[in-house]
Amino acid sequence: MQKIGVFVCWCGSNIAATVDVAEVVQAVKTQPGVAFATDYQYMCSEAGQSIIKNAIKEHDLTGIVVCSCSPRMHEATFRKTAQAAGLNPYMVEIANIREHCSWIHKDKNEATQKAIILANAAVAKVNLNAPLVQGESSVTKRALVIGGGIAGIQTALDIAEAGYEVDIVEKEPTIGGKMAQLDKTFPTLDCSACILTPKMVDVAANENITLYTYSEVEQVKGFVGNFSVTIKKKARYVKEDLCTGCGECMSKCPSKKGKDEFNCGLNNRTAINIPFAQAIPNVAYIDAEQCIKFKTGKCGLCEKTCSANAIDYNQKDEIIEREYGAIVMATGYEPIKLDKFDEYQYSKHPDVITSLELERIMNAAGPTGGTLLKMSDKEHPHSVTFIQCVGSRDISGRGKPYCSKICCMYTAKHAMLIRDKYPDVEVNVFYIDVRTPGKNFDEFYRRAVEEYGVNYIKGQVGKVYEKDGHLVVQAVDLIANKQLVLDTDMVVLATAIEPSKTARDLASMLTASIDTNDFITEAHPKLRPVESPTAGIFLSGVCQGPKDIPETVSQAGAAAAKVIGLLAKDKLLTNPCVAHSDELLCNGCSQCEKVCPYGAISYIDKEVNDHGVRETRRVAQVNEALCQGCGACTVTCPSGAMDLKGFTNRQIMAEVDAICK
Amino acid sequence: MVHKSLEQACLIMDRSGVDTRKCMMCGKCSATCPAFDEMDYHPHQFVKMVTEGDIESLLSSKSLWKCLSCFACVERCPRGVEPANVVEALRVTLLRRQGENYITADDIPGLLDDKLPQQAIVSAFRKYKK
Ligand SMILES: Cc1cc2nc3c(=O)[nH]c(=O)nc-3n(C[C@H](O)[C@H](O)[C@H](O)COP(=O)(O)OP(=O)(O)OC[C@H]3O[C@@H](n4cnc5c(N)ncnc54)[C@H](O)[C@@H]3O)c2cc1C
Ligand code: SF4
Ligand code: SF4
Repeated sequence: MQKIGVFVCWCGSNIAATVDVAEVVQAVKTQPGVAFATDYQYMCSEAGQSIIKNAIKEHDLTGIVVCSCSPRMHEATFRKTAQAAGLNPYMVEIANIREHCSWIHKDKNEATQKAIILANAAVAKVNLNAPLVQGESSVTKRALVIGGGIAGIQTALDIAEAGYEVDIVEKEPTIGGKMAQLDKTFPTLDCSACILTPKMVDVAANENITLYTYSEVEQVKGFVGNFSVTIKKKARYVKEDLCTGCGECMSKCPSKKGKDEFNCGLNNRTAINIPFAQAIPNVAYIDAEQCIKFKTGKCGLCEKTCSANAIDYNQKDEIIEREYGAIVMATGYEPIKLDKFDEYQYSKHPDVITSLELERIMNAAGPTGGTLLKMSDKEHPHSVTFIQCVGSRDISGRGKPYCSKICCMYTAKHAMLIRDKYPDVEVNVFYIDVRTPGKNFDEFYRRAVEEYGVNYIKGQVGKVYEKDGHLVVQAVDLIANKQLVLDTDMVVLATAIEPSKTARDLASMLTASIDTNDFITEAHPKLRPVESPTAGIFLSGVCQGPKDIPETVSQAGAAAAKVIGLLAKDKLLTNPCVAHSDELLCNGCSQCEKVCPYGAISYIDKEVNDHGVRETRRVAQVNEALCQGCGACTVTCPSGAMDLKGFTNRQIMAEVDAICK
Repeated sequence: MVHKSLEQACLIMDRSGVDTRKCMMCGKCSATCPAFDEMDYHPHQFVKMVTEGDIESLLSSKSLWKCLSCFACVERCPRGVEPANVVEALRVTLLRRQGENYITADDIPGLLDDKLPQQAIVSAFRKYKK
């Protein structure tokens, strides 16, 4: 028989205001196995933990139940407490009477009865708990960063700086991400390329960093410390080691109809291409869909032109297998498609553009050489209208329910830059709210209004249409309570952003959780913001939620610190709550092997002694280092042979019985 | 916020199936509305007035009969508020009131116009005298 101690926490008033903790203490005392019960204001505090430790020693407790907050919050804390008092940490159970009880109920009597039931269930379970011992696993001292935007770049540089190897997988032909496309950056207005490209060069020069561009992650196996990843490096048809990035091929290539992705499709590019002058690696690639050689077998001009003999039309995709200890998601974002917003004429009129397109138009290396021109006739505009929140804060199904966070600031930036360079241009900004929290951010926005004379109008634009060769904006000024009809030459849409389309598939490969908007979920929104709930997976940049560059870089550094902390360890303690199979019950059906997401189950032929009958049987065997304790096999096993240590079928049934009593 | 009549507000929300509290005051409805200039209260305002329970002002407003029911606001509201359905609920509320000065059959001949469709004449019975 166990000797169980029950510790009921008030959590200040969080629990005690809704649950009568003294009544819970009295009630659990009658449960079989309970030798001691008490309550305290803050069980997780130093004093609370002492109460637990002393009780364990004084009453020779063999197991404890803490009735408190979610085990996600403090299970680890109380396991340590128990261990310090000489108890096996797996003899601890948490009854969650906060999130599952006090926070969601109003009636004190009902909540108290529920808390008692939850406590009884935990006691029933501890009665069947057995001490478990953690195993050890090794750590591969190399990290993988998926995505080479500013987030991925900063994380990789910080990890490499600490002396660990790190690989970056980037799906595009160059690293740099969206920041490489920006012109100037708020709040300081320094040129984006000037602060980004030196970092890109550092990546290329760093001996600890290996870059896989034009590459994608195909498969991920394993677990924290021991991931095994398959990377597909797509054929560039240009040999990376030979290409010097001189760009001669681009000047000769006769196929000039590909949309220049780097310039948001505002102009065309050649089939053989280097996205921009400072690309890393500075190596060309051939877009096979546009290439005449691939389409007709004729041409081959680039091969003839290339003095470095770098062109290789026969290059094949390459598959690379690598081992990693940690993986960082840094897959960033895309602006949303605007096909559901036809009231703005975006797809119909060339002078209605997105903010990212404006960045390219304002950029010296962009399609207009940095001069603000209307794309329709390449003439100077006399008025520009900005519309904020296009597709953000939208629950109608057309857009995204969240605030994209960066648009207020970049719109103020755009408005200010235009007024600074072209004081003759009238600039109107339609907004719902101007949200500028951040250091020097509100000051920045006010400068746009006060120093640069940008007109901010509270209200939305109903529609944009063309009349007599110019654009007309029909909008509302909510403060004047007037409908406005304004002529304008250009309309710029501050378009909502969404996570990369690849995020969802990657997350399922990594068994990382993802929210309804496809942002990767952090382990705890406040206390563990750069970790995924899946051990060994970390988050950096906009893939976790909308962010500007300063925030992205801070998070990237934080993710790197967490990775370094992991790679610095020689051994990791493994979770002892793993599956094991009873070989006398196992019928060798292979069902469990099929469902195991970690490949932890194999079959061996083993001699068993079944009640005196000795025979060789094919039975399941669990590799404890690989098993993550997900339990999929235990529910699949038709003969009840598979069980999960710490969560045995008997334990779960005992809990259910206690609840249903 | 002054709750003139929360009960009335709930009634309108109920009848229209619209939760006006979802409105974030962006003004998209009023920016879109083709009848804006003829209204005394504009679409975003009547949404807010329902939330505040100021139903009486709306019931006697011009806007109620100026809304074209074109549903442009319903189509474009980013919060799914459906302002035109609020208008419709307000109209219905007014029409359902008992003992008011509805047009009577005797009034009709005087108002007849040979261009009026039959349907309009019938529906005139449900309307008030101006
Ligand atoms: C118009 C506009 C103006 C802006 N102006 C400013 C400004 O002035 N100041 C400021 O601070 N912020 C600004 N921002 C915000 C800024 O762009 C972001 O904060 C920043 O780019 C985020 O970096 P990131 O690395 O998280 O994402 P990204 O820049 O999107 O990088 C993600 C990278 O991952 C790659 N990737 C995606 N999926 C995969 C995959 N499956 N496998 C491999 N690689 C993958 C992508 O190709 C990309 O290279 C602006 C944004 C916009 C839209
Ligand atoms: S469009 Fe919708 S959210 Fe915006 S003011 Fe009108 S009702 Fe409110
Ligand atoms: S339905 Fe009525 S309120 Fe809405 S836009 Fe049309 S006329 Fe205006």
